[in-house]
Amino acid sequence: MQRLSIRGNGIDLWREGSGRPVLYLHPGDGFVDEDPFLALLKQKYDVLAPWHPGFGHSDFPKGWDSVDDLAYFYLDFLDELDLKDAVLIGASFGGWIAAEMAVRGSRRIGRMVLIDPLGIRLGGPTDRDIADFHNTDAGLLEKMKWANPEGRQRDLMKLDDRTLTGIVRTREAFAHYGWRPYMHNPVLTRWLHRIAIPTLVLWGERDGIVSPEYGRAYAERIPGARFKTIANAGHYPQIEQPQSSADQVRAFIEG
Amino acid sequence: MQVYHFSEMPYPQVWEGRPSLRVSIPNREYDPVLGADLYERFFDEWVLCDELGLNIMVNEHHATATCVNPACSLPLAILARTTKKARLLALGVPIANRPNPVRVAEEMAMIDVISRGRLDMGLVRGSPYEIAPTNARPVGQMERFWEAHDLVLKAMSTRDGPFSWESQNYHYRKVNIWPRPYQDPHPPVWVTATSPSSAPRIADQRHVIATLISGVIAKDLFKAYRDRARATGWTPTIDRFAYCAVVGVGDTEEEGLRRADQIADYIRTSPIVAKEFASPPGYKKIPAEIATIRAGPNAGNRPLKTPDGRLIDQKKATVRDFVDACSVFAGTPDQVYDQIARFYDLTGGFGHLLMMGQGGNLSHADTVANLTLFSKEVLPRLQELHDRPMAMSAD
Repeated sequence: MQRLSIRGNGIDLWREGSGRPVLYLHPGDGFVDEDPFLALLKQKYDVLAPWHPGFGHSDFPKGWDSVDDLAYFYLDFLDELDLKDAVLIGASFGGWIAAEMAVRGSRRIGRMVLIDPLGIRLGGPTDRDIADFHNTDAGLLEKMKWANPEGRQRDLMKLDDRTLTGIVRTREAFAHYGWRPYMHNPVLTRWLHRIAIPTLVLWGERDGIVSPEYGRAYAERIPGARFKTIANAGHYPQIEQPQSSADQVRAFIEG
Repeated sequence: MQVYHFSEMPYPQVWEGRPSLRVSIPNREYDPVLGADLYERFFDEWVLCDELGLNIMVNEHHATATCVNPACSLPLAILARTTKKARLLALGVPIANRPNPVRVAEEMAMIDVISRGRLDMGLVRGSPYEIAPTNARPVGQMERFWEAHDLVLKAMSTRDGPFSWESQNYHYRKVNIWPRPYQDPHPPVWVTATSPSSAPRIADQRHVIATLISGVIAKDLFKAYRDRARATGWTPTIDRFAYCAVVGVGDTEEEGLRRADQIADYIRTSPIVAKEFASPPGYKKIPAEIATIRAGPNAGNRPLKTPDGRLIDQKKATVRDFVDACSVFAGTPDQVYDQIARFYDLTGGFGHLLMMGQGGNLSHADTVANLTLFSKEVLPRLQELHDRPMAMSAD
């Protein structure tokens, strides 16, 4: 893990491998260093996985309160690191950030993969497009997140203070950026047509947080986007099925 | 000493056997016909307070059977008109959860005018489980609380408005409230606290600091306030401190204890809330959140502590346990007076006792008897407490 400063805001960055740059934007609950999906990608690419501002041990810049801030931050990030023809991958909350970046446009992004992204709402006021990460019973939430929830719970009680601080900060930041409107930007849907980057939308077949139907509708609004599902995976296919997720991503990048 | 009678206007009819009393009980469980009867009796009890020389306190909660009062301003608006002498305390309005603090200033000012200056205006952060019903952001809530506080007070005290207030949280271009408050520049402000770390900021504003049911924590809380005041060059008077306890008085000890025991169901049921609503992200500071994680399955059940260090399980305690923890004052008038006096000395003194004289299933007849006996046999003696040399002895 390295420390990096983008226009005065310090963040943690996991960067391994070499080749074409791949910028991975993590879900709302972060990621672990030994993430198998990232391990597969780094065999072929220069993988950059930053901790979003406010998440983990990254600085929480004063006054930042929306995914707009994060999208502009990562557009700066691409510029500052002078990344060219990068592959942008965003999962869940990170997928929302990626979509916001792509709507704004960047010549530095060559391809984009959205994995079960949040960020838009399509239903009426009483439809629950995006499950409630916060007001839901923990056991039920696990069943919604995973195709197979067994063994997915980390035993937090044994972790050291620094790790727990990172986890608590991550929870706070996720809630802060996504609380209201809940995990979406009400105007994003009408601007998805601006995305001019070849895009793959990957979806866990058994995602109980945002359904594959929502995913298809999301993909349909992005010009030319392909939609693929991953079997035996819930909201985090890159964690539950790292091999098939990485295979899909690689095929898309090289294809 | 000023004494306020407090009832949450509970709906205990549906409390039995629920894993959570807050946020998620469907309101088909609420019977509005019974509800109308309940409101009528609670208002009768408050009007009685006006005759007995007691003041009145209301609070608010949302989507819960523990407290069926979703807005402090509503009962106070009624009581402003139907009472004559009692101070009217809102403790309080959860301003950080209200999208429109100027509206709060307008409502409070109107109550203050109708009551001819009898309003005490409590501004509170609100409990963690109030986040879900209002969908207010939990992260940054404390900063938003103080900003809303500044805005409410500026709206109330500005005489040459309109003024504008444009920030990340609030957007107004013409703030100019009518009516302005009866008390000038604004009604006394009260703020609740549960931890001594909150006290200095309240002291800096010279507001009344209030704490509910917290027992010995009140000692550290009041001390933190006095210390801060001293460090910044002023000495707080006793009317800057308020303590809320359950009070049960009876002609016999048994009767007083029985009444207190029924009211104390307020304390026992208060923490019954589903985990997902009990601690939204950002509500607690990071070290406290880590401590909660480390506590594992026992988290959320914060015990009360007696002055000699015994821990009391809030959900299961007997009324005598609560008396030991100074959360309940109960027994005969003499016993209740002695318990209040002991706690007064322990904490360094307080000018306001917020008496929870009704709670849980305590009947109207028992409530009337409780309030009447208290006002006749205990209230007149409480003035003695101030007259003894003690105030700063707890330091």
